[in-house]
Amino acid sequence: MREVEIAIVGGGPAGLSAAGIALQTGATALLIDDGQHLGGQLVKQTHKFFGSKEQYASTRGIEIARILEKGLEGHPHLEVWLNSSAVGYYPDGVLTVLKDERLVKVKPARLIIATGAAEKMLAFANNDLPGVYGAGAVQTLMNLYGVLPGRRALMVGAGNIGLIVSYQLLQAGVEVEAVVEAMPKVGGYWVHAAKLRRTGVPILTSYTVLAAEGREWVEGAIICPVDERFRPIKGKEQRIEVDLICLAVGLSPLSELLWQAGCKMKYISQLGGFAPLRDGNMETTVKGVYVAGDSAGVEEASTAMVEGRIAGLAAATSLGYRIADAQRLKEGLWAELEMLRRGPVGQKVREGVKTALINQDSDS
Amino acid sequence: MLEKDGVPTQDDLASIAPSEERLAKGPVAIIECFQPIPCDPCYDWCKRGAIEKFRDPTDLPQIDYERCNGCSLCVIGCPGLAIFIVDQAYSEKRARVVLPYEFLPLPEEGEVVEALNRKGEKVGRAEVLKVQQTKQKTTLISLLVPQKLAMEVRFFRRGENG
Repeated sequence: MREVEIAIVGGGPAGLSAAGIALQTGATALLIDDGQHLGGQLVKQTHKFFGSKEQYASTRGIEIARILEKGLEGHPHLEVWLNSSAVGYYPDGVLTVLKDERLVKVKPARLIIATGAAEKMLAFANNDLPGVYGAGAVQTLMNLYGVLPGRRALMVGAGNIGLIVSYQLLQAGVEVEAVVEAMPKVGGYWVHAAKLRRTGVPILTSYTVLAAEGREWVEGAIICPVDERFRPIKGKEQRIEVDLICLAVGLSPLSELLWQAGCKMKYISQLGGFAPLRDGNMETTVKGVYVAGDSAGVEEASTAMVEGRIAGLAAATSLGYRIADAQRLKEGLWAELEMLRRGPVGQKVREGVKTALINQDSDS
Repeated sequence: MLEKDGVPTQDDLASIAPSEERLAKGPVAIIECFQPIPCDPCYDWCKRGAIEKFRDPTDLPQIDYERCNGCSLCVIGCPGLAIFIVDQAYSEKRARVVLPYEFLPLPEEGEVVEALNRKGEKVGRAEVLKVQQTKQKTTLISLLVPQKLAMEVRFFRRGENG
């Protein structure tokens, strides 16, 4: 049994940020990630980030991953386990980790769950044909492994991921025939839509995919406009020739460990699915178990980094570690979150987070 | 309409356009940012104080066209690739449009390319005047376009002599 002060599951933007601040206070941390590298989804993000200076605005996601990782590199109080899956959390506070093909037991005094999110699937005919991909897989193939997933693509979903990955497909030399979106509006940032549109890619709102066609792999797609109740309009089906159908139809929090830990969960559609209730320290209803990033509710990497800092700070100070002006720091981080969630685009998330937050008066 | 198909309306564009007189004077930044999202780095990138400090990061950028000299730093910094430089004083017949470009291979200086509008439709031909690579990896492409297309051309496509 390995005893550690703070175990962090997930080395993406939230986990890296949590580790960074926890180490700053003097605490020791074990960072566990099932991937081959730290950074999580950041390493696939080739676009410049939005937000303000504090959240690395104008810097590309992949650069942010490097900056966060560099800040931790070689820290004597940090241990990093890559290729390691945290597969179970038990009532006695033991975390089991599959590492080097062995189940290793870890007993953390504090646990931060920053496992991110999983992609949603969409039901349509032949959606199991090779050539139907999630947007995350397309990004992994292209941006990590340098493998083209196809030649001609249909993108399903005009949220930020659908728009950004469409642009990345173009950058990789793939033709994007169209982006279809069942909602009557583009869900992603308009600037992403505009930069895609001016290259000539049509963005078809109130449109869906009905079927993939092909015998052994995708050779085409049937797309169709939908009415205001999302029913396909008969007789308007169109076939387009594509060998890649990329799904970007939303994410849900990866919450298995939170369920296992017995955290009180709530279905919050604005956050993408079941999300844990948490207080102003990002502590769940299970004492000593914290959450940050998309596993707390699907948002942006910029908010994940801030939540990670809140959780890391709270976990470390609860162990007795001190940092100058901790209270002011925490208030500043909440102010950053509030800023990032402002405006009409942040409305959904604001509503969702409000439902998930508990004990707001007693925690500070 | 941006929220429907990614194309700004004429009203959107009119709301941010500098005056004819200002355009005639020379290079100026055109910030095609119409949605209140939390984003304000253009303020930090501008070294001339032409972009007003944001009271709230979700405000739309406010630019003082008299202070802006079209230096194009904000074009490099804008995460949305939404800023362009238009220089209608370049010559009598041709205007210069600077746009952010994140594709490879880069065009050659002197190359003739297809000039595209905001819908990606070909509206004419353009000559690549300058290709300026930056540390941020957003390349600045200066195109020479017919004067009447200065506020239309926002992208280009390489092809056989445009």
